[in-house]
Amino acid sequence: MNGVFFFIVLPYLATLSLLLGSIYRYRFSGYQVSSLSSQFLESKQLYFGSRPFHWGLIFLFFGHLAAFLTPRAVLAWNQVPLRLYILEFTAFAFGFIVLAGLILLILRRIKTKRLRVVTTWMDIFVYIILLTQVVTGLWTAFFFRWGSSWFALVLTPYLRSVFKLNPEIAAVSQLPVAVQIHIISAFILIGMIPFTRFMHFLVYPFTYLWRPYQQVIWNYRNTKN
Amino acid sequence: MDIRSQISMVFHLDKCIGCHTCSIACKNTWTDRKGAEYMWWNNVETKPGTGYPGKWEDQEAYKGGWEKNGDSLKLKGVGKVKGLKKMFHNTHMPTMDNYYEPWTYQYEKLFDSPEGDDQPTAEPVSLVTGEKMTPKAGPNWDDDLGGSPEYARNDVNLKDLSPAERETMFQLERMVMFYLPRICNHCLNPACVAACPSGAIYKRGEDGIVLVNQERCRAWRMCVTACPYKKVYFNWHTGKSEKCILCYPRLETGQAPACMHSCVGRIRYLGVMLYDADRLKEVASCDEKDLVKKQLDLYLDPNDPEVIAAAKTCGIPDSTIEAAQKSPVWKYVKEWGVALPLHPEFRTLPSLFYVMPLLPAMAQINDDNNYHNVGSALWDDMDNPRLPLKYLASLFSAGDTTIIGNILKKLMSVRQYRRAVTVGDISWDDVDKIMLESGLTPDVAEDIYRLTSLARLEERFVIPPAHREEAIEMMEETHIHKGSTGFGFMKKPKRGL
Ligand code: HEM
Ligand code: SF4
Ligand code: SF4
Repeated sequence: MNGVFFFIVLPYLATLSLLLGSIYRYRFSGYQVSSLSSQFLESKQLYFGSRPFHWGLIFLFFGHLAAFLTPRAVLAWNQVPLRLYILEFTAFAFGFIVLAGLILLILRRIKTKRLRVVTTWMDIFVYIILLTQVVTGLWTAFFFRWGSSWFALVLTPYLRSVFKLNPEIAAVSQLPVAVQIHIISAFILIGMIPFTRFMHFLVYPFTYLWRPYQQVIWNYRNTKN
Repeated sequence: MDIRSQISMVFHLDKCIGCHTCSIACKNTWTDRKGAEYMWWNNVETKPGTGYPGKWEDQEAYKGGWEKNGDSLKLKGVGKVKGLKKMFHNTHMPTMDNYYEPWTYQYEKLFDSPEGDDQPTAEPVSLVTGEKMTPKAGPNWDDDLGGSPEYARNDVNLKDLSPAERETMFQLERMVMFYLPRICNHCLNPACVAACPSGAIYKRGEDGIVLVNQERCRAWRMCVTACPYKKVYFNWHTGKSEKCILCYPRLETGQAPACMHSCVGRIRYLGVMLYDADRLKEVASCDEKDLVKKQLDLYLDPNDPEVIAAAKTCGIPDSTIEAAQKSPVWKYVKEWGVALPLHPEFRTLPSLFYVMPLLPAMAQINDDNNYHNVGSALWDDMDNPRLPLKYLASLFSAGDTTIIGNILKKLMSVRQYRRAVTVGDISWDDVDKIMLESGLTPDVAEDIYRLTSLARLEERFVIPPAHREEAIEMMEETHIHKGSTGFGFMKKPKRGL
């Protein structure tokens, strides 16, 4: 594989696209930033697809984040085999839940006539890239054990080197193809966030937690006190 | 005191003829677009009946509105914790099947079909999928079906009635029905605003209109669940929530909203109400039995010099205070006390009030087979009318039949009074007795009669100037803004980089 392109050019392209693209879309076509919910058209199957899919994804996201930010803690945890098995098993289970949810979501789109009307080409792209991502992830976890340990040893240093603008690609270039696809498709996913419905998790409404329930907006309030 | 002004409305149900002109005026103006076909920001339903969306009043199913939570309030179905947990799939969101699947007809087939033995037909096709469909429900398919098993008997408000009472209600010869036109209530304590995680829904300070900012809505769709009146709609095409905007572009130019302006029965009134926003929480969270009284107490007398002075310090323009003094809503709701909010137990403090229907027309068939006013005999029967008080109480007073009875008596005595004036077949002694009991004076009865029957456009709609045109002049500190705004711009005209 062309390591320079996939592991040096692509990550920077993706980051650039994420930053510029999402700022542009948020500022200049805010109307198009939406989770594009289709629950109004179909609710029952969405329940069994969307909930496991999202909850699983959130767990996996934080799992990857932890391995990236605190590799030593992960390695220390993994020193006891039982703890390693627990971690690997839960991660795999969550990955599997995501896959199951995703498959249900895709079937739902195919089966329900009403949903075809609201399915765009970008949605199809989203399903394909997510499927690639999840399948190669599970594949990696199953065949190349134990991922939680070598992620901290191989991928974390690589990703950090990318962040430090001094990419070290020797190690990643030697990884099995399935793992490389997992990494490459992750970059593509990140880069495509501004151009797909992935935008919706960038606008997660944290502020709701502390804002007052009622909101009043004045054109100009001319109070005297 | 934090005095604010709220555009409020009164719908006089006795005058509604169920023509749906209001719905059409609204549809043609605002929701005749892709994704919005199924939305009826204004709809007219037949009561008793299940309404649109089906059984919307059943909050055990829809989980809309607020709930009392100790001294405070919480949203019934969504809110900060419950809502954020449900974002991936909102358990209590109605789907298109709760409303109806919108359709059109293949009219072009009538012109394009090749010559043949049969007449061409215009078959119904879905406005969502474009495929042929058999419509099974519509937004007003309950129309005029007062005694029907599917609609009337499933009315949520019958829950307080005994089986015997229900039966009497449905016996054909005693069958009753009336129309209930509904729009967004532009509530003082809106559940939709509170439920929106993105903060896209807001109340306008100047007039209290509740709007969804289309730029900031992210389709978390919590508002659809939260509104107990089901007056926020999800646009399935754009992925944004939409709701009645009270025709604010019309109001800002001094015209009544389209539904009101076009109302054939002239049942609709619109005007300003002043209220004390500091007391909102206390009122919205009070005991259920006090809800109506407390909400009505929230409104301040615009003729009271103290209120006027306080309103001025709160920045309410003189012209708005003037409009409040002339407000038909103030008259119906406070001065005469004959209008009530719909389902006050949802605790959103609606700004739309209803004058109840005085069902049925109070007449009997006499010996020579003519309808005849039955005079005071009917008055004695006021506590036992054809439409059970409990039913009206379930709609308009959180179950309190006393409030309902008092209002019906007032409305009845206006009729008796006018009967004495115009027809003269009722003795003034009887009328005086009735008026005394209902607490009306002849002057007030005359005023109620005038506003109800004869009022012209400008008396029915007292619209305060929106002051957009003088937004700058209105400000005290004009000098601060001098030279800061550009020609035709809302923002400071900044030179490019
Ligand atoms: C915590 C942040 C997130 C929130 C609050 C969120 C919320 C939502 C919501 C409300 C929907 C619409 C569901 C409906 O049709 O009603 C949705 C759909 C979707 N989300 Fe998320 N999401 C989040 C994170 C993510 C992430 C991290 C991904 C993937 C990387 C993702 C991928 C998707 C996809 C693919 C759909 C479309 C599902 C379908 O209609 O088949 N979401 N999300
Ligand atoms: S009626 Fe519903 S949509 Fe309208 S303001 Fe009240 S809660 Fe919001
Ligand atoms: S236009 Fe007026 S009279 Fe006709 S249905 Fe609507 S509210 Fe009733």
